[in-house]
Amino acid sequence: MIHTGHESMIVRRSAALVIPLVQLFGLYVLFFGQYGPGGGFVGGVMLGASLIAGILVFGPDGQPAAAAKKLLKTDGLGLLIFAGVGGLCLIGGGAFLNYSHMQLPGLDDPTRRYLGIVLTQIGVAADIAVAAVSIVFSLYSASSDEVSDA
Amino acid sequence: MTYSFELPLLVLLILTAGGAIVVKDLISAVVILGSYSFFLALVWAWLGAVDVAFVEAVVGAGLATVFFLLTLFGTAPEDTLIRRTPPPIAAVIALPVLGLLLLYAADDLPAFGDLQAPASVHVSPYYLENSLSDTHTPNVVTAVLMDYRALDTMMETAVIFTAGIACWLILRRKAS
Repeated sequence: MIHTGHESMIVRRSAALVIPLVQLFGLYVLFFGQYGPGGGFVGGVMLGASLIAGILVFGPDGQPAAAAKKLLKTDGLGLLIFAGVGGLCLIGGGAFLNYSHMQLPGLDDPTRRYLGIVLTQIGVAADIAVAAVSIVFSLYSASSDEVSDA
Repeated sequence: MTYSFELPLLVLLILTAGGAIVVKDLISAVVILGSYSFFLALVWAWLGAVDVAFVEAVVGAGLATVFFLLTLFGTAPEDTLIRRTPPPIAAVIALPVLGLLLLYAADDLPAFGDLQAPASVHVSPYYLENSLSDTHTPNVVTAVLMDYRALDTMMETAVIFTAGIACWLILRRKAS
């Protein structure tokens, strides 16, 4: 049942409406995390959940699943962004992840702090979204009797 | 009545938690567990921990439910119906005693919102006073998570990355 997607017109059309809204709200939560509740973790989970909804509704052979499969190649990129920001701080002569030493020319201290938090939030969100999607693909692969993709 | 909001939520929490244990069908148990997470998110929001409530609603009620359901769809239908054996007599006696002991110990915990509690006098005042000037981030929770405790958050990210990789390694079936 889950390997073909959903055939109901209502489900498919409403999913096509809701999924972009969820993605927009996920991005809002991600970048608004410095001013209100939320942040990289929740934003990443929401972005991942929108992709998962696309996989569930349109099936593992549908177009959203194809896009999500391409996204799987970036597994670990978020962690690399996070550690890379820490590395930039080390290069600048500060402690690991001390954003005020981030080596970016032309920025004052508040902007560096702000940018450091934004970049690490993006890293966390990317890591978590890809991890959630990859777990869903793993569950699909475990529950299918015949596996088409290697 | 000071407990007009807490008491119904607590009753709902206990009902949904108990229902998830008692119900015969695993898919129903997963859905009841999702509603339990939503009620828990309401409790967090009521206590003022909006960030925790957000995570509980999105992860506990949303993502975990989807993972559980996908796992159940991968099993045979007879596996999702469970026959529960009655609990051993030792557990029936020991667990209420343990609960009473925990309630007794909870008496010594500081009251909710107590300004003299150890958690409120140690580092919290420093964060509340200096996080805006230190990190230029109005949300104190984000400032603590992403700046003061950034290394912890990075390791959590590494844990989630490892979890995704581990699921892939364990569950993937090679095409024969």
